[in-house]
Amino acid sequence: MSFSNIRREDASRAVIVHAILLTYTLVALYPIFLVVINAFKTRKGIFRDPMGLPNAETFSLDGFTKVLAKSNFELFFYNSFTVTIVTIVIVLLFAAMAAWALSEYKFPGGTALGLYLAIGIMVPIRLGSVSILNLVVDLGLVNTLTALVLVYVAQGLPLAIFILTEFMHQIPKDLKEAARCDGVGEFKIFFAIILPLIRPAVATVAVFTMIPIWNDLWFPLILAPGDGKQTITLGVQQFIGQYVTDWNAVLASLSLAIIPILILYLIFSRQLIRGLTSGAVK
Amino acid sequence: MADLKLDQIRKSYGAVDVLHGIDLDVKDGEFVVFVGPSGCGKSTLLRIIAGLEDITGGNLMIDGDVVNTKSPRDRGIAMVFQSYALYPHMTVYKNMAFGLKLDKQDKAAIDTRVREAARVLQLDQLLDRRPSELSGGQRQRVAIGRAIVRQPKVFLFDEPLSNLDAALRVQTRIEIAKLHQKLQSTIVYVTHDQVEAMTLADKIVVMNGGNVEQVGSPMQLYHHPQTRFVAGFIGSPAMNFTNVTIDAVAQNKVTVSVPGGMKSVLPFDVPADAVGKLVELGIRPEHLTLGEEGALTVSGEVDVVEKLGDSTYLYLKLANGDRVTVRAAGHSRVRIGETVTASAPAGAAHLFAPNGKAFAKIDCPAEFSADDDT
Ligand SMILES: Nc1ncnc2c1ncn2[C@@H]1O[C@H](COP(=O)(O)OP(=O)(O)OP(=O)(O)O)[C@@H](O)[C@H]1O
Ligand SMILES: [Mg+2]
Repeated sequence: MSFSNIRREDASRAVIVHAILLTYTLVALYPIFLVVINAFKTRKGIFRDPMGLPNAETFSLDGFTKVLAKSNFELFFYNSFTVTIVTIVIVLLFAAMAAWALSEYKFPGGTALGLYLAIGIMVPIRLGSVSILNLVVDLGLVNTLTALVLVYVAQGLPLAIFILTEFMHQIPKDLKEAARCDGVGEFKIFFAIILPLIRPAVATVAVFTMIPIWNDLWFPLILAPGDGKQTITLGVQQFIGQYVTDWNAVLASLSLAIIPILILYLIFSRQLIRGLTSGAVK
Repeated sequence: MADLKLDQIRKSYGAVDVLHGIDLDVKDGEFVVFVGPSGCGKSTLLRIIAGLEDITGGNLMIDGDVVNTKSPRDRGIAMVFQSYALYPHMTVYKNMAFGLKLDKQDKAAIDTRVREAARVLQLDQLLDRRPSELSGGQRQRVAIGRAIVRQPKVFLFDEPLSNLDAALRVQTRIEIAKLHQKLQSTIVYVTHDQVEAMTLADKIVVMNGGNVEQVGSPMQLYHHPQTRFVAGFIGSPAMNFTNVTIDAVAQNKVTVSVPGGMKSVLPFDVPADAVGKLVELGIRPEHLTLGEEGALTVSGEVDVVEKLGDSTYLYLKLANGDRVTVRAAGHSRVRIGETVTASAPAGAAHLFAPNGKAFAKIDCPAEFSADDDT
């Protein structure tokens, strides 16, 4: 009796949890849904019935043709993509190495260094915008993607190091020591054993790092607003000026901007699910 | 080949001294087992030999070279961990070959070695599996295989069998014994299972609180424990101890009164000034037999009976309250509450001074001696 009760309780709790999660998902996805459906409507359709699905009368690909034909959309796209990918690679590589050093080796000042890096999580990098701008000007990097990459790497590193350090602590000590007894060098241990084992954590960090960069408007605006270096978010803003009444183009470009980040997310999220350490030690 | 020499090895963690100066000689091809209670420093000592812990003081020599500051990879050791520590993302084959690739040995040579080890350990069928797809016993064999393929000078094992169930433990123990016969390599093995120690070891090192209590062959430790600690630690069930008073001392003879009033003359070399003092008498359960034939007699009320089939353990309560375990025949009909007398030959006795040191036994009869054992 009690057994089936427990089961029923579990089931009802699962229903509640799923209801909450589903509601949240709907709330979060609805604006995106609106953007996407309206991107496929005529201008009139957008204004007359913003909530309605495109139908035979209102359907139009005007926005997309305009965006692709009349603007530098591919270039903006390419810029965003380059900045995001290069930043992710750099952040992951350096954060993983720093995390390995902080978690594995005892050295004077190690704890202090870890704390110093953790402070970076709490202080928003935008507070330093003015000095960053000065620095970038002094370095002659204004209107370059390099400037953006450097700033984003600085922005992404603290949280990445923090998360990866925690994960590395969880790797059994025996595993590293077994490798050392096997005559494996420290670099090889890091790249051939540690990194593969924390792949889920690396994927998490990649997602956390990537999204704010892709969506950022602030740093592209102050550091690289110049022609040919705009990222996609900045590019969209300029559409608003350029086609001030043309919502088709804005919505179409926003819809297109979702695609690459979605693909990247799908790639990384497959890694999130994998538990790889099973069978290592028991 | 490889001998191992420990010279006054000390280890401290900050202010805590864990090892207090360990001396040990391990000859080439010897199977040495460290035993001792939990926390006595066995693993620490093994990890020092492996190079995973720094040495606080003393010297460690492998093949005559001081290796104190050498990294594990330069010591020519291989270690098998209690937790197996297999690389979870690699197949069995890769697990075994991983350490070898780095030596830049040629592929074919590596392959032969891995397959040979896999054959010896009956892992041929499993080479493409991941550790998560193996049973505990198979994982342990992979861990051993990973050590074998490196052809190390010294094998180190830290409680390799303690995660296995009883049947598998016996089987793997026998496999390790066979492996040692075949490879003739130097092995240092940590365990707190004394059956493992007795069956596998050429030489047992009994440790206690960061010190070596005694080093010797299994039979030496069993028959000639130098301290009360070793006497109590080796043997199962444990040796019985009870306090006795020394009544008289003669040339190589000592007369003691056992609780209950009986006097026994035992062949020990005890200084004359010990008369009247309390010492500890030790006697193993398996050396006591029911009846009064032996020179050393104890009697008491039976308060627990354990029947194991082949033998029966009787727990007697002596006059002074000490418990004595007697191993009786399997068909023994003794019941709880009966008062029984058990006795042992004088040569089976052990006598320990209050500081825990054993008194020397004189003219030990062959059945209680390890003299034929070298
Ligand atoms: N990193 C450390 N810092 C401080 N003390 C330690 C450390 N490692 C071990 N010790 C101490 O050293 C002593 C010996 O530990 P060790 O692991 O060698 O024991 P052991 O004989 O292997 O025990 P067991 O049979 O339980 O494995 C213990 O008292 C332990 O508390
Ligand atoms: Mg241990």
